[in-house]
Amino acid sequence: MIEDPLWADGEIDLADVVIIIGKVIFAFAFLMITVVLFIWFMRKVISDMQNRIGPNRAGPFGILQTLADGVKLFMKEQSIPEQADQRIFKLAPYLTLLPAFLAFCVIPWGTQITIAGNTTNLQVAEIPMGVLWILAMSGIGVYGVMLAGWASGSKYPLLGSIRASAQVISYEAALGLAVIGAVIRSGSLSMQSFVAVQAWDGPGSLRDWLIASAPLSFVIFVIAALAETNQPPFDLVEAEQELVGGFHTEYTGIRFAMFNVAEFMNLVTMSAVAITLFLGGPNGPGTDRADNWGALISFAWFVGKLWIFLFAAVWLRASVPRLRYDQLMDLGWRKLIPLALVWTGILAVIKVGRAEGWEPGIYLPASFAGAGLVALFIYACMPKRELVPAPSGRSVPSGPSGPSGTGDTSGTSGIDTSGSTTSGTAPKEVAHR
Amino acid sequence: MSEVAQWVVFIVASSAAIGMAVGVVTQRNPVHAALALVGTLFAVAVLFVMQEAHFLAAVQIIVYAGAIVVLFLFVIMLLGIDKHEVLDETLPLQRIIAGIVGLGSLVVGAILLLKADAAPPVTDPDSTSRISGSGLGNVEHIGRSLFSDYLWAFEITSVLLVIAVVGAVVLVRRRSGPDAPEGREGLGAAGDAGGSEKARA
Repeated sequence: MIEDPLWADGEIDLADVVIIIGKVIFAFAFLMITVVLFIWFMRKVISDMQNRIGPNRAGPFGILQTLADGVKLFMKEQSIPEQADQRIFKLAPYLTLLPAFLAFCVIPWGTQITIAGNTTNLQVAEIPMGVLWILAMSGIGVYGVMLAGWASGSKYPLLGSIRASAQVISYEAALGLAVIGAVIRSGSLSMQSFVAVQAWDGPGSLRDWLIASAPLSFVIFVIAALAETNQPPFDLVEAEQELVGGFHTEYTGIRFAMFNVAEFMNLVTMSAVAITLFLGGPNGPGTDRADNWGALISFAWFVGKLWIFLFAAVWLRASVPRLRYDQLMDLGWRKLIPLALVWTGILAVIKVGRAEGWEPGIYLPASFAGAGLVALFIYACMPKRELVPAPSGRSVPSGPSGPSGTGDTSGTSGIDTSGSTTSGTAPKEVAHR
Repeated sequence: MSEVAQWVVFIVASSAAIGMAVGVVTQRNPVHAALALVGTLFAVAVLFVMQEAHFLAAVQIIVYAGAIVVLFLFVIMLLGIDKHEVLDETLPLQRIIAGIVGLGSLVVGAILLLKADAAPPVTDPDSTSRISGSGLGNVEHIGRSLFSDYLWAFEITSVLLVIAVVGAVVLVRRRSGPDAPEGREGLGAAGDAGGSEKARA
């Protein structure tokens, strides 16, 4: 564990407090500005990809469009449905926003900076369990979505929230196993140790970036993180064609805006985590300087890497069709989790092999062969994915699906894999391939 | 952490934990009760952090608040028992038994607390220096003792969990083969008190 050098003198004076408050404000402002710019960027890039112009009225290139939307949503009436659970309905937007920011707090956005003789990490809080903290916060984030859907007292939001909880719980396992891959390579759970392990001293340190030693973990992490943050192609939670707007159908005004902001905050945070764990974090050419220029360069590297990641997310959003529910569960449980398990085993063997000084020519092929055998065994044992015929009465739209929503949820519970059964719940037939 | 700060954190976190725990029992709406349970878990996690048990706090939030209570809520929503209260108790005398057990554990805890007065508290420098003095962090320490000294207990626990999972799968799959399309309805009727809810679905 690498302590923040701010605490090195063992006492907390006024300068320390000011620096900490400044860092919190900076992190929040950075996150908000990134989100506001990202929403504009996403709309612009998608419209380019679809041969449209996109927002171009507010400000140069329409860059102020998100601000204009925000002001508009501020002014709007905040309606609460009569069937809603008042307290939880009002609480839910905060429950999504808060974990998104808290998770960002442990991410280092630069190396060390010296302000008026006080050296400190460019990071809000360095806690020994940084990685676990991020996993915990992404697990907590589901509460907002879930409770928003439930508290609306309405059918489509409830369906959206049940999808959300099932999806997030399913992909949490794959996400955690992917993180374990990076943790095995770095040997610590603290975020600063990831920065230290991948520190830059010449182009040769590209090999230290954990994507080089754990590439499969990186791939699994990105897929699971997209699913965990309900980003396309995993945005079944708010599938417009099936659920009107998903969990936030009943929300208006600033509460609706908070859900949107939280969604993109989560995406930004997860991208930052992926950068920190696998792509060197704020390290890059020039960050080995010890002065404040090194800190500035490292911040620039962080921002640059972040936007490359965000662009990739927009790219996926524009080009990949949404997964069907059974495909989502299939990918999570039957592909990603076994793959991540086997890969973790390989990484562990390599780690022990290096520590014990085994012959690399023997233990490397042996571990891969063993992992391949285990994977074959797992896939052989797995029951074939079969299309269960829909029970009679379920696929007919005029079937006994009650108004309480309980009847409809079975269509999304992952047991009916034919896809034809969703017609009872959705206004239209599902249009995805 | 200074003495005063420790006291303030302890009082705030423990009173939050107790208040939320009371909420779990008294809230009529199951969803509100589950939320109060989350609050309790968070407050206890704060207490863990205060004892320098960071790993335990993180695991508490990930496993209990992040997974188990989410599953509770999932079941509450899926069964649709959130709107109307379920007042018929399936276990007779459970209130009385719960009261007796609760009071008994309170008494035992109080006795242990009074007896342990002379023993060093957990935050005592002696007990924490044993961890920090070994040159190993929190996680390394837990990992080493879990996979060496307590390996047997660890493996037994994991076998227990596997048995529970396999049992749940077997129970659910009992009659829902391809040749029994009515299987899910049959399962709902064969279930417990919530069976009527499921059968309606």
